[in-house]
Amino acid sequence: MLTYLIRRLFAAAVMLVAIVLVVFSIFFLIPKWTGVDPATMYVGKASDAAALEGIRQKLGLDEPILVQLFEFFKGIFVGRDYSSAGDTIKCQAPCFGYSFKTEQAIWPVLTDRFPVTFALAIGAAVIWLIIGLGAGILSALKRGTIWDRFSMTGALAGVSLPIYFTGLISLAVFSYQLGWVNNEFTPLEENVADWFSGMILPWVTLAFLFGAMYARLTRATMLEVMGEDYIRTARAKGVQESVVIRKHAMRSTMTPIITLLGVDLGMLMGNAILTETTFSLPGLGQAVLKAIGERDLPLILGVTLITATAVVVANLVVDILYSVIDPRVRLA
Amino acid sequence: MTAPLHDAVKADDVDTVVTAEVAKGSVEGRSLGQIAWTRLKRDKLAVAGGVVVLFLILVAIFAPVITSIIGQDPNKYNQDLIDPLFGTPTGSLGGISSDHLLGVEPVNGRDVFARIVYGARISLLVGFLSAVVAVVLGTVLGILAGYFGGWVDALISRVMDGLLAFPQLLFIISLIAVMPDKLLGLEGTGVRLLVMILVIGFFGWPYIGRIVRGQTLSLREREYVEAARSLGAGRRYILFKELLPNLIAPITVYTTLMIPTNILTEAALSFLGAGVKPPTASWGQMLNQAVRYYETDPMYMVVPGVAIFITVLAFNLFGDGVRDALDPKGTR
Repeated sequence: MLTYLIRRLFAAAVMLVAIVLVVFSIFFLIPKWTGVDPATMYVGKASDAAALEGIRQKLGLDEPILVQLFEFFKGIFVGRDYSSAGDTIKCQAPCFGYSFKTEQAIWPVLTDRFPVTFALAIGAAVIWLIIGLGAGILSALKRGTIWDRFSMTGALAGVSLPIYFTGLISLAVFSYQLGWVNNEFTPLEENVADWFSGMILPWVTLAFLFGAMYARLTRATMLEVMGEDYIRTARAKGVQESVVIRKHAMRSTMTPIITLLGVDLGMLMGNAILTETTFSLPGLGQAVLKAIGERDLPLILGVTLITATAVVVANLVVDILYSVIDPRVRLA
Repeated sequence: MTAPLHDAVKADDVDTVVTAEVAKGSVEGRSLGQIAWTRLKRDKLAVAGGVVVLFLILVAIFAPVITSIIGQDPNKYNQDLIDPLFGTPTGSLGGISSDHLLGVEPVNGRDVFARIVYGARISLLVGFLSAVVAVVLGTVLGILAGYFGGWVDALISRVMDGLLAFPQLLFIISLIAVMPDKLLGLEGTGVRLLVMILVIGFFGWPYIGRIVRGQTLSLREREYVEAARSLGAGRRYILFKELLPNLIAPITVYTTLMIPTNILTEAALSFLGAGVKPPTASWGQMLNQAVRYYETDPMYMVVPGVAIFITVLAFNLFGDGVRDALDPKGTR
C-alpha cells in the first residue's frame, strides 16, 4: 500500500509539472510563432512603447523560457518582485503572477473564488451520484418497465441538452416565473438560507447533466454484471436476491464508475465554468471569462493552473479510494 | 463538452454475431456491415435520429439557398421590428411572423431562422472535422501503443490518461486567447474555426485511442495475425491490412458518439465568447446573447437551445443505434 501511495503521489507531481510546462509554453511559444509581441498581451493594445518596455522588463519577457519558468516557480515558493526603472511591484509568496490590467496579485483572486466553484462541484456531485446511480441501478433491475423507459428517456435528454440552456430555462421558470428560489448568489457567511436558495438551481443543473451520464453508464454496467456467471452461481447457491444485488452485483458495478469519476473531474470543471456563467456565480469560471475578455493572461494562467491542480489532487484521492475498495488495483 | 464516450463496446463479440445470424438460417454469407445495417434499419429511434442528422447536413450545405428562398439574410438588421425602449422584438413570441419564422433578435432585429440555418454550418463543420482529427490520431496512436507495447505503450497511455483528466475547456479557452486574429492566411472566424477543430480533436483522440489500444492488444495475439507473420508479412501490412479492418466497428461507434460531444463543446465555446466571431452566426453565441433577455424575450433563448438539443439528440440516438447494431450484447 505504501509503495502504491508513493508511486501515485509521484505521478501526480509529474502531472502537475507537465501541466505548468504546457500552459506556460502556450503563453510563451505561441506569441513567438505568430509574431505577436507578448508584452501587448499583458497591457492592452492602446498602450505606448514605454509601457510595453516596462512590462517587458518587469516580466523578463526577453529572457529564455527556462529563466521565465524558473522565475514563475520561484514566485510560488518565495514570492517575486516585478521591477523596471525604479518602479517595483511586490508579489508575495505564493505568487501565481500579477495582473497588470487590474493591478492586483493573482493568488488572492484565486483563493477568493475557489470556494464558490468548489461548493458548486461538491453539491452537484452529491446530487448526481445519489440520483444517477440510483436511477441507473433501478433501471437495470426493472429493465423494460415504464420506470426504465422513463428514466432512460430523461437521461438521454440530460446528455443532449447544453448545460447553459437547462440553466437558463430553470432560471426563467423557477426563479423568474415562480419565484421559488433566488436568482443571485449570496455568500455563505452572509446568510446560509439565501446561499442555499441561490445555489440550488446551479447544483441541480450541473447534476442533471452528470446524473444523466452516470445513470446511462450505471445501467449498462449493471446489466452486464447481472449477466455474469458468478451471479448465476450465487443465485444457484440459494443466496437471497437482495444480497445478490447488494453484495455481488453492486460492488463490481461500482469499480468502473469510480474510475470514470476520476476521469470526469476535468470535464466537471469545464461544466462548472459554464454553470457559473449562466447563474452569475462569482467563481473561478466567471473570473477566467472576464480575463479572456480583457486578455488578462496572468489570470488565465493562474485559473488554469489551480483548476488543473484541483483535478490532479482529486484524481489522487479517487485513486487511493479505489485501491481501498478494490485491493487488486494495488498490485497493478 | 458534455457526454463522454462511456458506453463500452466490444468488437470481440462480432464473431458471435456472425455465428448467431448464420445459425438463424441466412444461407448466403453476409459481411459485418450488412448485418449491422439490417439491425440498424430495425431500430426505429436510430433511423429517426439518422434521418434528422441527414436533414441537418442538407440544411447546412444549402443554407444560402434556404435563406434566399424565404427571402431573409442572416446579417440584415431590422430595427423597425424592435421596441426602441426595451430593445426587444415588438411582435409576440420574439417577433414571430410569416416573414420571420422564428422571430427576430433583440436589439438588431436580425432574422433568427436565417441565423439558425447558418449556425448549423458551424456546429456540423466543427463537430465532424474535429471527430476526423480525433479518429486519425486515436487510431494511429492506439494501434501503435497496443501493437508495440513496452515503452511506446507506456508513453502513449500516460499521455492519454493525462489528456482525459485535463480541464480541456479551460485549456481551449486560454489557447484561443493567445491566438492572433490572422494565422496561415485565415482571419477572424477562420482562425477560431481552425483552432477549435484542431484542439477539440486533439482532446478527443484518447477516447478512441484507449479503445483501439485495448482491441489491438487482444487482436495481435490471434492466430490469423500469427499466420500472417509466419508467412512473412511486414509490420505495416499486419498493422493496416490485418488489424485495422477488425477495428472498424469500435471506431465507427465511437466516432458517431463523439460528434455530438464535439458539437456541444463548440456551442459551449461560442457561448463563452471563445467561439466564432460575430457577425458569423452560431447557436452557442445566440444563447450567449440570450442570457441578457431571458426574462423579457425568452423565445430568443428557446430557439437556439432547442436547435442544439435536437441536433445532439439526433446524433446520440443514431450513435446508440449504431452501437447496438454492432454489439450483439446491446443493453436496450
